[in-house]
Amino acid sequence: MMSGQTGPVCVVLIALLVLWYVGAVFMNAPTQIDRYNRADQSWTTGQLIEDTLAQDRPILPAPHQVAVEMYHSIFAIKITSKRSLVYHSWVTLSSTLLGFGIGTLLGVLLAVGIVHVMTLEKSLMPWVISSQTIPILAIAPMIIVVLGAIGIKGLVPKAVISTYLCFFPVTISMVKGLRSPQVIQLDLMRTYNASKWQTFWQLRLPSAMPYLFASLKVAIAISLVGAIVGELPTGAQAGLGARLLAGSYYGQTIQIWSALLTAAFVAAILVVIVGWCERRVLARMGVKS
Amino acid sequence: MTLKQVVNNVAEMPASKKAVVDIKKLSLTFQTADGPVYALSDVDLTIEEGDFVSFIGPSGCGKTTLLRVIADLEQATGGEISINGVTPHEAREKRAYGYVFQAPALLPWRSIERNVTLPLEIMEISKEERVKRAQEALKLVELNGFEKKFPWQLSGGMQQRASIARALSFDADLLLMDEPFGALDEIVRDHLNEQLLKLWARTNKTVAFVTHSIPEAVYLSSKIVVMSPRPGRIIDVIETDFPKDRTLDIRETPEFLEIAHRVREGLRAGHSNDE
Repeated sequence: MMSGQTGPVCVVLIALLVLWYVGAVFMNAPTQIDRYNRADQSWTTGQLIEDTLAQDRPILPAPHQVAVEMYHSIFAIKITSKRSLVYHSWVTLSSTLLGFGIGTLLGVLLAVGIVHVMTLEKSLMPWVISSQTIPILAIAPMIIVVLGAIGIKGLVPKAVISTYLCFFPVTISMVKGLRSPQVIQLDLMRTYNASKWQTFWQLRLPSAMPYLFASLKVAIAISLVGAIVGELPTGAQAGLGARLLAGSYYGQTIQIWSALLTAAFVAAILVVIVGWCERRVLARMGVKS
Repeated sequence: MTLKQVVNNVAEMPASKKAVVDIKKLSLTFQTADGPVYALSDVDLTIEEGDFVSFIGPSGCGKTTLLRVIADLEQATGGEISINGVTPHEAREKRAYGYVFQAPALLPWRSIERNVTLPLEIMEISKEERVKRAQEALKLVELNGFEKKFPWQLSGGMQQRASIARALSFDADLLLMDEPFGALDEIVRDHLNEQLLKLWARTNKTVAFVTHSIPEAVYLSSKIVVMSPRPGRIIDVIETDFPKDRTLDIRETPEFLEIAHRVREGLRAGHSNDE
């Protein structure tokens, strides 16, 4: 499977890099030409291209500039330093994972309630859905401020925002998954006089596993987004979100892009880990591979 | 032996056997948006210990519904029904019957053995005992050696056999089967019919068997219940007297053909007021 995908993925990657370089040259050229004019300097096209890819604060930094910055801030700096991306990633990752854990638990519990109790479906489901119509950028600062006012700071408020985002896909999928057993399978459990609890463990929960993992992949990625959003209103203390915000305060575009790419890599790794767990669990459940 | 003799022999037999299922004036009406549907009307039937009773009739005649009422998967709206002297609900609580559905309904994430032990797990029987009983049940349906396979690795016929093993695993005396071989081809079906007869002869269970195949009903049964639709009701009950160790060859005998003819006549009579 990997060998089948590697080729196409590489082609897309190369195309993106080429586009990126072309874009960087064109977007940075006006400021560069401006600079030449002010210095009363003559220039050639070759020189222009070279200089547009080596600016300090380019409008669009070139890939290699971002790569150098990322290498520098990930590997060259001590990870305890405030300038290390590893440090900032860890800050974001810890609240992502906490929020993901709580959100998944909350999502599953809500789904179990909704599937088993008729009144909960009628009363909770509309709230679950409308909770996601509120823009997270609007509610995130309020969560930080309100929790801060009662003395909860740091990791937890960010995790709450992650939880707020990621319980939703889990609830929706699990409601569907827990209801996925066929009538004939439910009848079968009834002929054994199985209790609700036994039907849940032996039939409903295993049936819901594929649904759960599909939603967990979405949940872990938006959990990371939630954590980054949660770091923006705290005044850029720590985390990838803080790094993004600081970068934009000081026009450090290279810093912004490297934080951005790091966030994307972290998200990709998290999704891959969930996918790996999914394959392990489903293989144990005898799914054809 | 002519049909008359067969039927007479049955009539002369002493009625000393215990009634496993006793149904009197049973009716079931579904209330739907289009008005009431009379699924069952005025059904009287006794199934005795060791009987192999087939329910045959066109679709919509209530044969499956009747089986589901016996299993307490559906509740009658009128009349009386008792299973081993108690209500179907109490019988279900006592796990008095094993039910085989139209489809195997195996849980795809469990191996064959763990599918067979599912009811035993629910009944909280020890693991050692569960494995032992699964072995025995799988042997009865000739599936030993397939314990560790998953359902998708088995053919349709084997899956249905596994589901029969599952129904046998907790050794209920009553076996309810709802067109278990309906989805299988003729050859597999003949083979499974033979196996089922052997199993019945060996275990002396009481079997209630829903089918829409006349040869299957006549071949398997000690009692054939012919049903008719709208409203679902019993129009004929035919008792046969073939030996328990009958083989597929009896299908060529005049007695067999005569009973099959009577079943067909019954079905036709039931249908006539339809058209």
